[in-house]
Amino acid sequence: MIRFLLNAEGHQVENVDPNTSALAYIRDTLGLTGTKEGCASGDCGACTVVTGEIHQGEMRYRAINSCITPLGNLHGLQLITVEHLQQGQALHPVQQAMVDEHGSQCGFCTPGFVMSMFAHLKTHDNPQRDEILESLGGNLCRCTGYRPIIDAAVQMYEPSGKDSFSDQQAQTIVELNRIAGSADAIELQGSGRRYLAPRSLASLSTALLEYPEGRLVAGATDLALEITQGLKEIDTLIFTGQVPELLECSDDGHDLHIGAAVSFSDCKNVLLKHWPDLAELLERLGSLQIRNQGTLGGNVANASPIGDMPPALLALDASLVLRRGDVSRVIPVAEFYISYKVTALQAGEFIEQILIPKPADTDWFQTYKISKRLEDDISAVCGAFNLRIEKGRVSSAAIAFGGMAEIPRRAIQCELALVGQPWQQDTIDSAMAALEKDFSPIDDFRASADYRMQVARNLLQRLFMAHTGKTSQLRVTHYA
Amino acid sequence: MRSLPTITADADEGVIQGPGQATKHESAHLHVSGAARYTDDLGAPADVLYAYVGLSTVAHARLLSLNLDKVRVAPGVQAVITADDVPGHKDIGPVFPGDPLMVGDAVEFYGQVLFAVAATSQDLARKAARLAIADYAPLEADIRIEQGLANDSYVRPSHTQQRGDAPTAIEQAPLKLRGEFFSGGQEQMYLEGQASMCIPQEDGGMLVYTSTQHPSEGQKLVAEVLNIPMNKVTVDVRRMGGAFGGKETNANQWACIAAVLASKTGRPVKIRLARADDMTATGKRHPFLSRYEVGFDDTGQILGLDLELSGECGMSPDLSDAIVDRAMFHADNAYYLPAAHICGHRVKTNTVSHTAFRGFGGPQGMLAIENVIEQIATATGLDPLAVRRQNFYREEGGRDTTHYGQQLEQHLIEPVVARLEQTSNYQARREEIRTYNSGSAILKRGLALTPIKFGISFTVQHLNQAGALIHVYTDGSIQLNHGGTEMGQGLYTKVAQIVANELQVALENISCTSTRTDKVPNTSPTAASSGTDLNGMAARDAARKIKSRLTEFAAQHFGAESSEVHFADGQITVGEHTLSFSELVQLAYSNRVPLSATGFYRTPKIHYDRETAQGRPFFYFAYGAAVSEVVIDTLTGEYKVLQVDICQDVGQSINPALDIGQIEGGFIQGMGWLTTEELIWGDDGRLQTSNPASYKIPAIGDTPPIFNVELLPDSPNVEATIFHSKAVGEPPLMLAISVWSALRDAICSVADYRHSPRLDAPATPERVLRACEELKARQRQASS
Repeated sequence: MIRFLLNAEGHQVENVDPNTSALAYIRDTLGLTGTKEGCASGDCGACTVVTGEIHQGEMRYRAINSCITPLGNLHGLQLITVEHLQQGQALHPVQQAMVDEHGSQCGFCTPGFVMSMFAHLKTHDNPQRDEILESLGGNLCRCTGYRPIIDAAVQMYEPSGKDSFSDQQAQTIVELNRIAGSADAIELQGSGRRYLAPRSLASLSTALLEYPEGRLVAGATDLALEITQGLKEIDTLIFTGQVPELLECSDDGHDLHIGAAVSFSDCKNVLLKHWPDLAELLERLGSLQIRNQGTLGGNVANASPIGDMPPALLALDASLVLRRGDVSRVIPVAEFYISYKVTALQAGEFIEQILIPKPADTDWFQTYKISKRLEDDISAVCGAFNLRIEKGRVSSAAIAFGGMAEIPRRAIQCELALVGQPWQQDTIDSAMAALEKDFSPIDDFRASADYRMQVARNLLQRLFMAHTGKTSQLRVTHYA
Repeated sequence: MRSLPTITADADEGVIQGPGQATKHESAHLHVSGAARYTDDLGAPADVLYAYVGLSTVAHARLLSLNLDKVRVAPGVQAVITADDVPGHKDIGPVFPGDPLMVGDAVEFYGQVLFAVAATSQDLARKAARLAIADYAPLEADIRIEQGLANDSYVRPSHTQQRGDAPTAIEQAPLKLRGEFFSGGQEQMYLEGQASMCIPQEDGGMLVYTSTQHPSEGQKLVAEVLNIPMNKVTVDVRRMGGAFGGKETNANQWACIAAVLASKTGRPVKIRLARADDMTATGKRHPFLSRYEVGFDDTGQILGLDLELSGECGMSPDLSDAIVDRAMFHADNAYYLPAAHICGHRVKTNTVSHTAFRGFGGPQGMLAIENVIEQIATATGLDPLAVRRQNFYREEGGRDTTHYGQQLEQHLIEPVVARLEQTSNYQARREEIRTYNSGSAILKRGLALTPIKFGISFTVQHLNQAGALIHVYTDGSIQLNHGGTEMGQGLYTKVAQIVANELQVALENISCTSTRTDKVPNTSPTAASSGTDLNGMAARDAARKIKSRLTEFAAQHFGAESSEVHFADGQITVGEHTLSFSELVQLAYSNRVPLSATGFYRTPKIHYDRETAQGRPFFYFAYGAAVSEVVIDTLTGEYKVLQVDICQDVGQSINPALDIGQIEGGFIQGMGWLTTEELIWGDDGRLQTSNPASYKIPAIGDTPPIFNVELLPDSPNVEATIFHSKAVGEPPLMLAISVWSALRDAICSVADYRHSPRLDAPATPERVLRACEELKARQRQASS
């Protein structure tokens, strides 16, 4: 059985196919048709709902894409859909602002926007344009051009952010604690298929050994597409998100340890503390809904050649703690990727932690993502550069690219062309030329091979200029 | 009715919110609360089945065999149909044949419907549909427009419009250019995918709920495929979750398939396409290839233009004849062409049949001439705005008639452009940008001002008609119905405002009911920006009939002259008598006065003779202009739109808030077409960008941080349109050409504005970078 709060009411689910998405359950079983299916792939936000959880003694609300959320992932959360915002005849301030600012035209995307705005209102004290854009970047609207929606997201702060959810917070926390306090196994069985959510590292290890064909699921932001698009029927889903050890971030003085099930939203701050240049990448990695669901461990394990974090992890010389049963091993990320979508993971083995060496003062890290659309798009090329430049010379260089090969990979020849050389234009020129020896990218619908190579080369030029120049003169995303 | 409803004290209170008011969308409160119901949200009867389709996986082939054995025995499957199971017409081509409901023996594109299945759930239906085994004998496929052109393969004959002797004018011109330009297609990407539900009725009838812009065509085709008369079919559409042309003809197939399955099983059938199948199996904006030769002088004035516009139509005619015609009608945009030869080809390819999309060919024609203007500007070294201005239509000097013989009657191009040039501070910003660019190595900015002139009316004359139906009930409340459909544009709101004003009742007393073929018959599609022009007039006609009857009755009843009866703010005064609207309605009912009326409208003045390619196809033109400023990265081709200023002529606005919504939304949609929305078909004919992960429409961060929209003040339509307003649905899309021009301007800066790049649309970062590289290479070549 899995249990969650449907707004204020306790809700239990049994005997449902665990491949069922939260969206399908909300629309077809609960009959709450305000939540819409636009794409069933997490790309449009029409299905956005908000989940509430207890964080540091208070309720924390986050927007997620219900279309790619396995129903079981809702366990222990408060689920809020658009139908729950209105109190009697009175629209919620978010809804009223959308009406007042003419923020809806056809109205189909509107419930999703309303939910993203609601989560934003609950997590931000003031309306700031850049933060609003970040929160709503995963909601597509084809009618309005967004201007009135942005205005509504400012307007919703008047007169005050208080609402029925603030009033009921104490009660909600009691109810959620009641669910969390239950020792019952978190599992869902139906149509002969099962979903397990182990609650310790040991039981996760055991479950994976017991079901070696089982699919590990974290945020499900990619796995769910096999179900919604590929129409696969997955017999065993094993969820990582209830394992406390996988949800921790720590610092041993030398390395940062990031639990494999930590979402992007939850590791953002600790990453930015050490590598501020990751800020743009993390804002452009999927959408906020995706970052609320997706995990660093999932992004690594998914082994996509166009995943956004692997190049950075490669350039930062990160390692992975892998576990099988009670045996752990540590391998560099560089050795994790073997060939297209093939990794060093053995049957029954999983990623427990990502270890990232903390930077020295002399380290200089940059990462650049290039995509057709700036927001919520998959990279054509993604480059990460970790350099030490001492006394005008490059003393070390770790450079990695995504989108340039069948796996995310270091640019070894390029690095060799830099290390030991003076930090000047002709060194960069030879590093650019060396890229041709590192990679032979392919043509696809995102970009041609020529474009990928040209851009990868030009990113070295940008890197060179960025060392002394202003970012605002080098990136359109920072132009001011 | 034995007793009449009690009239409450506040029954006739409220605000009229007539034309000119920024009234909220009639469904806004439902949209935001999730209570607005779309086709797939409608409660289905308990025995409903879910239909799904099996699609072809080759672009061109003979279908040798189709093994559906596994489909038939798949869990939950209740029925499977192929073309052989269609009782009536097997072709649903809207104008010309060519669109089989399901493949007979010839597959003409990748993604064509081979068969359909009905099962007990959506999931089971989809899974079953993937179990078919098709055996094909592949045939040679033309996937690209160039292939179709090379093979002289057309879905319809070409058409030519001509004025003067263009070849001679070009030959004798001091300067000439020739070139080629490509603009890609565009997916409508309505957020609500195609959806229908068919419920069998007694005596062979069918009730069809469907997300369509054209209920009457859906009705006709459902009747034809079922082989029943149209009076047995009712189509109902309350609202669509976006359409943009993609639900004009392309909604029909799904309703017809559900209807055949419902008829066969006797059970209600729902159909809803998954996004990737929706994008694969439905038509898009036509890609266009234009080839031009232009003669001009050193002031940039065009002396002669020979323009060949080739629209990639896909595998069937669908609406392509009218779409390519509209491209030709807009190949002048705002410019007088003293000698012109405009030829439009309807090229056949083995891809999905391209269809209506906001602008309907107009944007492609307009972009083609704007590209010519840009090339002339670089060649003459003039500011593109100066070249544009040099060529504007003008009232004087005999430069006021289009190449197809329509005289412009309201000269707003120069006033709109002059106003915007000033309000946007165009000239000063242009100077400032040149200074910035000379000091910025990597980032370059660009600026452009582009005008639009867009013709309003269906170019198919008979479509320019509309009907409406108004019921007044005995409590004074009103039901309003008309042939137009609501897809987000606010049509229901505007028409209700018109009726509220006519009857002088509060807007909230009017309930807009779903568009239904049993209420208003034989309707035209809600398309061509014509919704309010046509249906607003028809509704006003109906309201006037009721008002006239009430007036006549009140005069007679109170012994006054009709001229003494006045409707104002929910009150009717007759001489010294005053009564509320609902009181008058009850009195009229008791005296057996009919309280229901139909209304009708047909657009006057329009005609076009396709033989001579001359006429007045448009009742009027809508004008506008936009200034866009961009910044590009010359290392990666990435860009951002920094500021947009728009001035749009909407005549006398019926609802400024809705009009601004159309302008902003249309602009951003047009920007998507010209920037990041790239459709890519593989050599096998498969659409590779078939979902929003790979096909990128503008997101919220693409909205320009400075986005000023002004409605051109004090310029009522000189034609007698409803409230002297102008259509606003499509024209603003083309304002986004300013973004493409601004990108081009920024690119030109890398070679000191001396060379002209080829910048096909969409101008993706890749195309922008390629253009920058091309210019850098030419610069190097010129200086070496």
